[in-house]
Amino acid sequence: MAEEKDPKQATANSNIDGTQSKASAQDKTAGPDQPASQAATSTAPNQPGTVVDRESGERLPAQPGTAPDPVVVGERRGMFGAVEGGDTSGYGGLRSPILFPGTAVRPYGSYFDEIADRLEGALDSGAGDAAYGEAIERVVVDRGELTLFVRREHLPTVARAMRDDPALRFELCTGVSGVHYPHEEGRELHAVYHLLSITHGGRRVRLEVTCPDSDPHIPSIVSIYPANDWHERETWDMFGIEFDGHPALTRILMPDDWPGHPQRKDYPLGGIPVEYKGATVPPPDQRRSYN
Amino acid sequence: MTTYHDDIYATSGDNTLADEEAHVFNATGGDWDQLVDEAAALHEERIVVNMGPQHPSTHGVLRLILELDGETVTETRAGIGYLHTGIEKNMEFRTWTQGVTFCTRMDYLTPFFNEAAFCLSVEKLLGITDQVPERANVIRVLMMELNRITSHLVALATGGMEMGATTVMTVGFRERERILSIFEMVTGLRMNNAYIRPGGVAQDLPPGAIDKVRDTIPLVRKGLGELEMLLNENPILKGRMVDVGYLDLTGCMALGITGPVLRSTGLPHDLRKLEPYCGYETYDFDVITRTEADAYARLRIRIDEMYESLKIAEQCIDRLQSNPGPVMVEDKKIAWPAQLAIGGDGMGNSLDHIREIMGTSMESLIHHFKLVTEGFRVPPGQAYAAVESPKGELGCHTVSDGGTRPYRAHFRDPSFNNLQATAAMCEGGQVADVIVAVASIDPVMGGVDR
Repeated sequence: MAEEKDPKQATANSNIDGTQSKASAQDKTAGPDQPASQAATSTAPNQPGTVVDRESGERLPAQPGTAPDPVVVGERRGMFGAVEGGDTSGYGGLRSPILFPGTAVRPYGSYFDEIADRLEGALDSGAGDAAYGEAIERVVVDRGELTLFVRREHLPTVARAMRDDPALRFELCTGVSGVHYPHEEGRELHAVYHLLSITHGGRRVRLEVTCPDSDPHIPSIVSIYPANDWHERETWDMFGIEFDGHPALTRILMPDDWPGHPQRKDYPLGGIPVEYKGATVPPPDQRRSYN
Repeated sequence: MTTYHDDIYATSGDNTLADEEAHVFNATGGDWDQLVDEAAALHEERIVVNMGPQHPSTHGVLRLILELDGETVTETRAGIGYLHTGIEKNMEFRTWTQGVTFCTRMDYLTPFFNEAAFCLSVEKLLGITDQVPERANVIRVLMMELNRITSHLVALATGGMEMGATTVMTVGFRERERILSIFEMVTGLRMNNAYIRPGGVAQDLPPGAIDKVRDTIPLVRKGLGELEMLLNENPILKGRMVDVGYLDLTGCMALGITGPVLRSTGLPHDLRKLEPYCGYETYDFDVITRTEADAYARLRIRIDEMYESLKIAEQCIDRLQSNPGPVMVEDKKIAWPAQLAIGGDGMGNSLDHIREIMGTSMESLIHHFKLVTEGFRVPPGQAYAAVESPKGELGCHTVSDGGTRPYRAHFRDPSFNNLQATAAMCEGGQVADVIVAVASIDPVMGGVDR
């Protein structure tokens, strides 16, 4: 156990450092003279596994164990939260992309390579109906955690392989958490599953599945992990993701006749101004916020 | 019929089921004898009972829908959501540090675990897990283990009361109160402490706290002995609990059950051992298991776990005595600037700190103002951290978009997940066993509904 943990920690740290330095390098290549939006688009169509050399502008293979191409999930405008009215800070025109960790380059480090290899073996051997390359969109290693982005139609296949393959054996699925990224067009809604393998000494893997807001369907994995029954109902309730094949997908936390899905970003928090000793405190979503 | 059609708050609604006419009995203010006579006149043994959400033995506002055939439960469904307060959504509108104040209120019996899960996940996002000072980790472990005892004591106390054993309740709450007074001394509050913060803990232990813990441990141990004498071999209790609420390892794995319920099947699964956090690998304690997989086994596991927690707490105070170090990360861009002190009207800002920022150092004031009102920024990405709460795996999934507030914070509450086992534990048993089975899961609705 102890011997296993140490290298994990070490690689985790090196990954963080690697990611951050690469991300800042990307920022520098974009430079102050280029609009940030161009920098954002230039990172998107990159071949995974290559980085632009700063001096020659040449594409070079990325260092192993790094995540060279950050993914743009949104854009931050201005500073100090001055969104409406006159901005006197001088930062109103600032646009900075929100960069999430990009596709990792082999080797991933820690036990992550073994999991990827085994899953590839299990899927390609025909146990499921999809090959590894088809089912797994990309692999992200960040902060000592492995994330597999799974194409939604292949989620049950991957989940079954993760549970049944003796070398993977993730017995527990600790539920699904939804995340709403309104700026990621065509993949606004994310369902995030965390798997735990007790057999293999507490290994964890994150499966992330995306679906567009216009077609919010993801196959249910309740038949594979029955524990996900209530978790999927909660994610439907809060985000409006429809888990196809769920035995009874009804609201669970909100009342049955509730309109809307409260955890979406476009759903207001609500609240009323509170008057206290002559001053009025606005509701939390209307207070000054720093972005 | 005892139905009151003119009652606007309890209208009988549409009383017909899809294919058959069903009789509805409303027990709102009627005479029980009348109700029983009516039911007897029907000659129908099958009856659907709506138990809760306002029912003293459902641990808060849990609604159980039971289909009964005489005294036997044929089908059970649990309805939740009556205590949903939108904590996860609210956290998206507060800074990372303020988030602690919200999540501590989820499972109100395990505030330190809620805070720890959230803070560990924020620290993972910040990449400062290794920079949290040793003393802060020891204080976290101490508070969590004492908290585990209070949570288990409430589980036993309320569980006992639901079976009619009020002495168990009074002893349990009496012992819990001793530990709550430690919490009050250290954090200023008995519950909802908001004491564990990203980067460490809110403040160091006050003078005398270590002695108080040291004095309290033998008293609690004595109280636990009393509870054991009262419970362990009590024939009435065993008659109510042995072989009730049975759920084997296969069932637990399928339903994702963790905590004492899983350990009652014999699997020594404990995140403190499996993936240690806050330095748990350096403490000497055992994972308690039993193999009977019933409510009685879970009760005994909880009692034995409290002794293990006392063992860990003793190791903590030895370490705290010899390590006076800081309790917050050194990085001033993250560490909370304000200091707290006990004043005449309770815990508040320390006067020394106020004097410094208001009287002597403009830079301190700016720093304080920026960090307290704006908060710190967390690099974009996501993280998942889990702790072994008294009820099982409490996980926290946080997403940051690089801002000063969580983009998303999701809690995998063990009670929420474990309540799914209600049907598997209760169906086929007696009505009275439902109470015992649900109590053995130890759900807290504040955590279930969040």
